[in-house]
Amino acid sequence: MTLAQKLVARAAGKPSVTPGEIVTCKVDLAMVHDSSGPRRLKPMLERLGARVWDPAKLVVITDHYVPGYDEESRKILRIARDWVKQAGVERFHDAEGICHVVLPERGYLKPGMFAVGGDSHSPTGGAFAAYMFGVGATEMLGVVVTGEIWLKVPHTIAMHFDGELSPGVCAKDVMLLLIGRFGLDGGQYHAVEYRGPAIRRLGMQERMTLCNMTAELGGQTGLVASDDVTREYLNADVEIWDGDAGAAVLAEHRFRAQDIPPQVAAPHSPANSRPVSEFREKLDLAYIGACTGAKLADMRMAARVLKNRTSRVPLLLAPASRRDQETAEREGTLKVLLDAGAELLPTSCGMCAGYGDRLLAENMIAISTTARNFKGRMGAATAQVYLASPYTVAASAVAGRIADPRELLQ
Amino acid sequence: MKAWVFGDNLDTDAIAPGRYMKFGIEEIARHCLEGVDPSFARDVRPGDVLVAGKNLGAGSSREQAPEALRHLGVAALVAESYAGLFYRNAINLGLPAVVCPQAKRVRAGDELGLDFESGVLANITTGERLACEPIPKFLMQIIRDGGLLPHLEKKLARPA
Repeated sequence: MTLAQKLVARAAGKPSVTPGEIVTCKVDLAMVHDSSGPRRLKPMLERLGARVWDPAKLVVITDHYVPGYDEESRKILRIARDWVKQAGVERFHDAEGICHVVLPERGYLKPGMFAVGGDSHSPTGGAFAAYMFGVGATEMLGVVVTGEIWLKVPHTIAMHFDGELSPGVCAKDVMLLLIGRFGLDGGQYHAVEYRGPAIRRLGMQERMTLCNMTAELGGQTGLVASDDVTREYLNADVEIWDGDAGAAVLAEHRFRAQDIPPQVAAPHSPANSRPVSEFREKLDLAYIGACTGAKLADMRMAARVLKNRTSRVPLLLAPASRRDQETAEREGTLKVLLDAGAELLPTSCGMCAGYGDRLLAENMIAISTTARNFKGRMGAATAQVYLASPYTVAASAVAGRIADPRELLQ
Repeated sequence: MKAWVFGDNLDTDAIAPGRYMKFGIEEIARHCLEGVDPSFARDVRPGDVLVAGKNLGAGSSREQAPEALRHLGVAALVAESYAGLFYRNAINLGLPAVVCPQAKRVRAGDELGLDFESGVLANITTGERLACEPIPKFLMQIIRDGGLLPHLEKKLARPA
């Protein structure tokens, strides 16, 4: 069996599973945020007269409406704060960062787990060799009441990367390349597994970026087998979970990592990606934010480019978690970014999801480390959003137009 | 059932725009698809069908996307394929989602008839009959109950 099928079989309590089979899985961990969580679950639970099946397995994280910029947002946050007390949820993280980043940084995810999240970027958890995928609020209600969920056993699509990524190229470029090549539905709601020496060399937050953007690739989850890098990050002697050698996959695509140049996705789809050399657009704004693009590893990449340089355009920085922001501050990364002119925004989903009070104005042209540039998502429908890596966003901020970061890293 | 026709990769940010997500479903529904077809939320009528190409419902997991369509009276979805998360959300809200490989043969305004269980889309305007994938029985049960919430309500009231 592949890694995905092993994880699903374990959760389904079966010795083996076959792609296409419908199974019922026991959920080890469920995560919700303020937008899809308590505000939606509470009235439905009340209607059912039901309780949370196991409050110790539920994690609630506020990130979408943080820091509460208007009355509606504050009300949504209040519902979350009151409800966790009422429901007996102790794993509550309030305004500490974006759920997909906070969840692993608190050590909640372990290899071998079967987990669901009330957000489409929940495949991020697959970086820890856990089967994790996103569900809507009503589906989450089903999980929260029964502790179970049905699943059509996925095929595995293997993405194999030999060699090593070049300097100035990172997981974000890999994902933009894959989404450009295979499309927003390339994953066909199967499990996409990232393999090969180039993947083994990546740190956990880079692996998280791969699995995170599996959402844009249309996979149900993204997966990376666990190894010593996983153990080191979790600071625990966790199990190694990997697929059987030679297990059947739906497709295997092979790449030479060193051949991948930085990628940029043009408006209005992550699938509009091409090498950075094909772009020269002038910019009005650069944004470093989101679970996809403002983790500690992402801020470090941006800082390598921005050290002793200044952004020519307004540069906004919304770190993905408070802990990452604190580390960036301690080690000097944050200072580099601020010295380059970055304006620090709250650690929340903010502009990425179009939820904050800082949205893109009419006709604005922006480059962003986020995952989605759908028309109107980050603000005005006339705004043009280009997606790129933290390196490329930083280099473009310096140039005032889309620029190749490799020239600034030499 | 009148058809409203959209293209490939229609995303949930377009169906339920982020800046209205803090409000209730009525307000979200009022802005449903406004960036793609400003007339949709105003002119769609109860019983109409949304027809799309590949990967309907790409993007965010927000179930306010299918909920807004349901709120506006959309009776069913027909698409060449769906984003998996959106498909599950639609079913969980009691909105039938039909996979029809030839969905692109439907024109805006066509009068349609649908049989979810046998998997047939009848285009009354053109007289054409298109084969669809039947909705699996266990999902039809959820749809018939009106969605996962009433389905669970029924199950909890009558424990197995």
